Amino acid sequence: MGKDCCGDVEIGGSRHWKTGVLETSAGSVDRITSDFSWRDRIGWWRTRCGIGRMTFAVPPGLHALGEPGADSDVFVTANYKMSFDHLRRSLAGRNAWILVLNTQGINVWCAAGKGTFSTDELVARIADSGLAKVVSHSRIILPQLGAVGVDAGEVAAQSGFTVRYGPVRADDIPAYLDSGYKVTGEMRRVRFRTMDRAVLIPVEVLNVGRFILPAMAILFVLAGVSRSGFSASGMRLQGSAALIALAAAWLAGSVLGPLLLPLLPCRMLSLKGALAAVLVLALPALWVLPQLTGRLDLAAYWLAVPAIASFIMMNFTGATPYTSPSGVRLEMKRSVPLQAICGVLAILLWLGQRIANG
Amino acid sequence: MMRYLPGVVTLALDQEECVGCTRCTQVCPHGVFEMADKRAVFVDRDACMECGACAKNCPTDAITVDSGVGCALAMIIGALRGTEPTCECRGGTCD
Repeated sequence: MGKDCCGDVEIGGSRHWKTGVLETSAGSVDRITSDFSWRDRIGWWRTRCGIGRMTFAVPPGLHALGEPGADSDVFVTANYKMSFDHLRRSLAGRNAWILVLNTQGINVWCAAGKGTFSTDELVARIADSGLAKVVSHSRIILPQLGAVGVDAGEVAAQSGFTVRYGPVRADDIPAYLDSGYKVTGEMRRVRFRTMDRAVLIPVEVLNVGRFILPAMAILFVLAGVSRSGFSASGMRLQGSAALIALAAAWLAGSVLGPLLLPLLPCRMLSLKGALAAVLVLALPALWVLPQLTGRLDLAAYWLAVPAIASFIMMNFTGATPYTSPSGVRLEMKRSVPLQAICGVLAILLWLGQRIANG
Repeated sequence: MMRYLPGVVTLALDQEECVGCTRCTQVCPHGVFEMADKRAVFVDRDACMECGACAKNCPTDAITVDSGVGCALAMIIGALRGTEPTCECRGGTCD
């Protein structure tokens, strides 16, 4: 996405979640609904598919949900629309204040890691919104994952507000409130279940596609090259083999790997990717590829496809909520040289096939 | 939760400095800490993903950890540019 990806974000067009204005002693505050409409749903799917995700923001500042008063709870969130939606949906039927921080349209956990969901931003937003005039207490509830960027002690010292870390997931907020602010061990843990991984797949597929589609086009054409020049029929046959091989790497690295993550043996994601590639490549390599191209190409694909899928899955560490940077560094030290060797050998074998084609 | 590579994390806890505020047990998303005798103890250090929430919220800096971006591509790009690894707002992570 480049440099401009985290710059000023456009605040979402229609603001259909706004239902009016509430006058408070600190000025007027947007009233919002907890209803999740078809427009919200479409926005979510667009974002899941990588469309307009960087303009998926809500205005920072204080918002009123229901009929909040001086004693109502204050919930803090990011101005990423999906974070905001999760929170307001979980508060359906209740009265609460929602303080939205300016995280430049990034979700709570990532923004906390990047330093935009931060102590400074929270303290400034508390002051800016006049929160102390709106509520008579000094409690604010933060999503637990915001703790990566917020120092609760500093917030108390600078703003006078006491931070309570609520559950990781907004879905648990009703149970949290109904139990008198008790967070169970389960509510404190992040999850990475099949559905959590499945929703990441479209963006993974698109990200990888940006590199693999051009590679497919280039290899398809080059596959027709031989010692005697260029052969269109050679391109059609051997080029198709190249397309199938790259598609296998794509499928293994960005769909099968993430989906089967806990089922693939071994802990390194790069190895999981290579294994997923072997699973995907086995059928075409035994059946259709030998009919399309020669043995050198086949050998090249057996090396290249696991190496590419391994590289793709190694990068999936950035999307998982359980891999430590130290572990990723170790994994890279072990896997990148192997990926590189396989890659170079595959290129040599592949060029050898073009020469052997005669 | 799935397990990642054991014995690699930089997380350290100085029990002498711990004042028993329990913040680390509240902010850790992987249940790394528990309280014992009014002090924090490791119960599952290898589950740590080095997010840094515990160290950030520890009032006496009894906890230290090198936290950062855990994405391989970010590390490669950082190494090539000679900068710190930075998250490029790729879909997955930034959800």
